[in-house]
Amino acid sequence: MSTDMNAESKAVTRRALHNPARPAVTGPNRLRFAGTTWRRPEIRLSWLSRLSDGDLGPLPVIIGLAVIWVFFAYADPHFLTARNLSNLILQMAVLGTISLGLVTVLVMGEIDLSVAAVSGFCGGIFAIGLQHGWPAPVMIVVALLAGAVIGLLQGSIATLLGIPSFVVTLTGLLVWQGLLLLVIGDQGDVAISDPFIRSIANSYLTPASGWALGAVLVAGFVAMTAAKVRAERSNPGHGLSLAAGAWRVSMVVVAVVVTVAVLNSYFGVPWLLVILVSLTLLATLVMSQTPLGRHIYAIGGNRDAARRAGIKVLGVVVLVFVIGATLASFAGILDASRQFSVSNGAGGGDLELNAIAAVVIGGTSLFGGRGKPYHALLGALVVGSVSNGLDLLGQSAGVQDAATGLILLVAVSLDAFTRRRRIAAGRAG
Amino acid sequence: MTGNTETSTGTSTETSSLTTSDRRPLLELRGLGKRYGSVTALSDVDMMVHAGEVVALVGDNGAGKSTLVKAIAGSHQTDSGVIALDGRPAHIGSPSDAARLGIETVYQDLALCDNLDVVANLFLGREERRGPFRRFLAAGTMRRRAEQVIRELAVTLPSLDRPVASLSGGQRQAVAVCRAVLWGSRLVLLDEPTAALGVEQTAMVYGLVRGLRERGLGVLVISHNLSDVFAIADRIVVLRLGKVAGVFDPKRDSVDAVVSAITGGNVVAGAGVA
Repeated sequence: MSTDMNAESKAVTRRALHNPARPAVTGPNRLRFAGTTWRRPEIRLSWLSRLSDGDLGPLPVIIGLAVIWVFFAYADPHFLTARNLSNLILQMAVLGTISLGLVTVLVMGEIDLSVAAVSGFCGGIFAIGLQHGWPAPVMIVVALLAGAVIGLLQGSIATLLGIPSFVVTLTGLLVWQGLLLLVIGDQGDVAISDPFIRSIANSYLTPASGWALGAVLVAGFVAMTAAKVRAERSNPGHGLSLAAGAWRVSMVVVAVVVTVAVLNSYFGVPWLLVILVSLTLLATLVMSQTPLGRHIYAIGGNRDAARRAGIKVLGVVVLVFVIGATLASFAGILDASRQFSVSNGAGGGDLELNAIAAVVIGGTSLFGGRGKPYHALLGALVVGSVSNGLDLLGQSAGVQDAATGLILLVAVSLDAFTRRRRIAAGRAG
Repeated sequence: MTGNTETSTGTSTETSSLTTSDRRPLLELRGLGKRYGSVTALSDVDMMVHAGEVVALVGDNGAGKSTLVKAIAGSHQTDSGVIALDGRPAHIGSPSDAARLGIETVYQDLALCDNLDVVANLFLGREERRGPFRRFLAAGTMRRRAEQVIRELAVTLPSLDRPVASLSGGQRQAVAVCRAVLWGSRLVLLDEPTAALGVEQTAMVYGLVRGLRERGLGVLVISHNLSDVFAIADRIVVLRLGKVAGVFDPKRDSVDAVVSAITGGNVVAGAGVA
């Protein structure tokens, strides 16, 4: 009987919805039946339902990374040596720093095609300043400020004139690359002789400090996870189960212990890795724990809703472009330190596209609204591993680019697929 | 037809004055008018919403419903007339003016961020802060307040931690309404709250509207759907061609009477008023 009533009231409502001027309703009483019948079962938080919701977490990229590493370890015995892995980290640090800024831009639903060029240009200013005898700390500040001003400029043009960031930053890409060529000119490159700057990318922690830092990292993660597990106890469904927490902690412990042990068996944990991880943690704190981070996600999710909720959207957008360009500038300094010089083509080549590829491969959506700072780290590790491994195998830059492109295709397809699932899940109710 | 309209208005005013006799209306519109060039969108509209009352605003396309709502929500200005809150004339020049006066509008598109969870959406743009320089989100405080308002409105949500994209249409509507309540509004405007919903979800929204009424809020529901209107409204205001074409009591008046006021059709059907 209840099904009959249901079907009938449904039909009545449908008629009324489609033909508001001539409703066939006999009165409000009839409709009351509709409310008292079936209820949808609650969503289970299993991995399967996460899959169907389109929320996969870091699993795909970790699996992908494992596949890549197993392949190269099999193809070349030098790949998994401490020396090569240490090199790999130095190689990915610049890319990772640029990608970190790009994550925030992409989460906001924008794009910055100029970050690699900005890193080259600011690196160029930095090197020329040092060449003219300016002290290194001053030049670091100058280079970072130059990056911030570039971000302010591009962000303001994009928001105030309403030009898509794609176009504004494409212009920026050309302008900054051109300016770098002009300022460095025919010399080809500017050498870095400052010992402090040269040491940044070429110093390592002592084994003991490496372990100490690893311990601090693990302790922090354990404390965070414990808080989530406690939240689950007092408020089921809103935290992490003990098993899931233990699983996460053990994964992180294994990752940290293996990383520190391997790196200590060579020169030690590189300062570049410490810098990159610290920046990532800082970005994570801002993105997940501050109103600014939340507003960035909100703008990426529904810009109009964010504006109507009173968020100063234009200000946040400009600020994020400033953050992205400043991080890019910092990456330029790191690159100068690593190369001992800045060439007139710095930040060119495939750096920009690799940075975008790294962010998307790491799991940040090109469609905006979804992404985390650690995606930059994971993605840069994947892109770095591919080029490092293919280098070892003596493959050309062409093969490296093609391979990175294919991996990017897989990552973007996964992004598009899970997005479709999310939309389906959102509408399914 | 004009005569009949006046009769029906008179009757319903008497009815409502029995229940809300000595109370001052929460919202009162007097002689509201709005023209777009040569088109009259609103003309001399009088209307009121009391605290704890659900008023439905119905009318055909182009009858002036959205113009009226935008005037109350502060997104449009009217040319003439007075909008009074608690008997005092109020200037509503912008949506933030409206928010300050305790008027929240739940638009048809709900203005939710699909990628954020329920709590984040409820507090969007007005996050609770804590810590050094109040730079950090007070997640615990926000969650407790969110849980409280959700419990008070008797809304069922699968989880507060999932992106609202995973919620059903009715649940999303509920989140948007909870946000209006959470922000301390006294008058909630609901724009076509059931337009995209199935039967079950529609019933959930009805329950929600009754919850708002029990909390003593004034509710103005804009709807195309007469079954909605008859299910939840205490009073039905019909707009036609920018004018109030009748005020009806859903307990006494027939659907036909309302329909004929909307369409401006057969006046005999208006006999349901008597």
